[in-house]
Amino acid sequence: MQKIPSSEITPEHLYYSRRDFLKKSAIFAGSLSILSACKSINFSGDQQPEASFFTYKDEFGDLANTYEQITNYNNYYEFFTNKESVADLSKNLKTDPWKLEIKGLVQNPLELDMDDLSKLFEQEEKVFRLRCVEGWSKVIPWTGLPLKKLLSLAEPASEARYVRFQTLYDPEQMPAQQDNLFPWPYLEGLRLDEAMHDLTLLATGMYGKQLLPQSGAPIRLVVPWKYGFKSIKSIVKIELLKEQPVSLWMAVSPREYGFYANVNPNIPHPRWSQSTERRIGEMERRPTLLFNGYETEVAHLYKDLDLSVNF
Amino acid sequence: MPKFKFNRLQWFVHIGSIIPFIILVWDAISNNLTVNPIQEITQRTGRTAIIWLVLSLACTPFNIIFGLKPFNQVRRPLGLYAAFYASLHFITFLVLDYGINLSLIAQSVIEKPYILLGTTGFLILMGLTFTSTKKSMQKLGKKWNQIHRLVYVAAVLLVLHFFMALKFINTLAITIAIILVVLLIIRIPVVRKFFSKRQPYWAASVNNFLTGRKKKIITTQKLRN
Repeated sequence: MQKIPSSEITPEHLYYSRRDFLKKSAIFAGSLSILSACKSINFSGDQQPEASFFTYKDEFGDLANTYEQITNYNNYYEFFTNKESVADLSKNLKTDPWKLEIKGLVQNPLELDMDDLSKLFEQEEKVFRLRCVEGWSKVIPWTGLPLKKLLSLAEPASEARYVRFQTLYDPEQMPAQQDNLFPWPYLEGLRLDEAMHDLTLLATGMYGKQLLPQSGAPIRLVVPWKYGFKSIKSIVKIELLKEQPVSLWMAVSPREYGFYANVNPNIPHPRWSQSTERRIGEMERRPTLLFNGYETEVAHLYKDLDLSVNF
Repeated sequence: MPKFKFNRLQWFVHIGSIIPFIILVWDAISNNLTVNPIQEITQRTGRTAIIWLVLSLACTPFNIIFGLKPFNQVRRPLGLYAAFYASLHFITFLVLDYGINLSLIAQSVIEKPYILLGTTGFLILMGLTFTSTKKSMQKLGKKWNQIHRLVYVAAVLLVLHFFMALKFINTLAITIAIILVVLLIIRIPVVRKFFSKRQPYWAASVNNFLTGRKKKIITTQKLRN
């Protein structure tokens, strides 16, 4: 048996004060968790993915939300209408193999799997604000490719004006598609110039990891200046069209959800405040910015448009 | 000291009505209110308030249809618990959600009809709460009954508020609305008469169970014999 030198044995009084310290820190941690119930700030560092020395920020200097916050509060009605349940209900979604079609008014229709995509395009990291129409927002570090690059490869025909996106329709995997609460599959649309904008991203990852199903794996749209529901998840089809497509939410409630759905504090919604928002993890409301703070980048797209009619 | 003796039904109602509050506090302490806790508190307290309000309104019809008199005793506490949860809901809206920013609050009341409906319904509930004491009952006399019929106005306003606050209509909302309509129909004098003449034979024994008064009745029967 190895003898422990007496110098390494903790003297009794120190041993007990250490115990006391641990007890006090436990009480402190406990009270922090009470506080965080109100303020929901994440005090435990372990939930931040590996790179704890590196923090993601948006261009205003606001910290990205934690991985935990982003992946446990998701609207994904194909699984369930409760935002906390989606992570668990979607965890078995089969995202490999996956087929993404680009068709319609294009010179070069494409059918790609995820490997093709990662070989064809360099993945970029972008930190974007996501503003949900329900009045909450997050800052999310995405990885993905600008949609522009993929569309350019497909070569849109000259008469193409709009792009329609479609989510996977698979009622066996997506239980809520079995009932008729919504006209599935989920559809979204953009004007071609919006789709070709530098900020419009096809995301495949988040926080440097592959997307989880609740975040729209394996590939989803991110249009940071529009309300979150425009950023359609788990895309299987991208079609270029001449006429403006009808999105799922437009079909459900055209009075509430327009085709453009640009973040706009001046256009009220019957339910949620659009002039202010709550950033997840914060206590106080923040003012909502026109085009979600991307006004300099995107305002020119709408210079001839009456935004109060085309909401 | 006033007499303080609850029967079974009263115990059940009081304990059952505090449980949602205990769960809320527990979830707040254990950080289990989602990453958007203010919204979660708002929605939970609102849901609880509307359910308890409808439960309170169901007491009289229970008595009319089934002859379950003990339910008359829990009508007022159920209504007060509804007002309690509605207050938590309203305070959450004013303080936690809008940080008492009066111009923002005013804007949302004007801009969103469902907030106006909710506020009106809440103010009626508060008026009824403050006049719910025995003192006010004596003071107001016959007027008290008339005033407290306003609870039906509040219920209709608040159920509408609930419907309009939803992103899509869910089962709870439909259930609440159907129950409210049924309760209002039973209040129509003709319907009321129809039911009160046909009370079931088991009403007495259920009443005895609810109030725990079984023994007394046996003794009175014996006395009669």
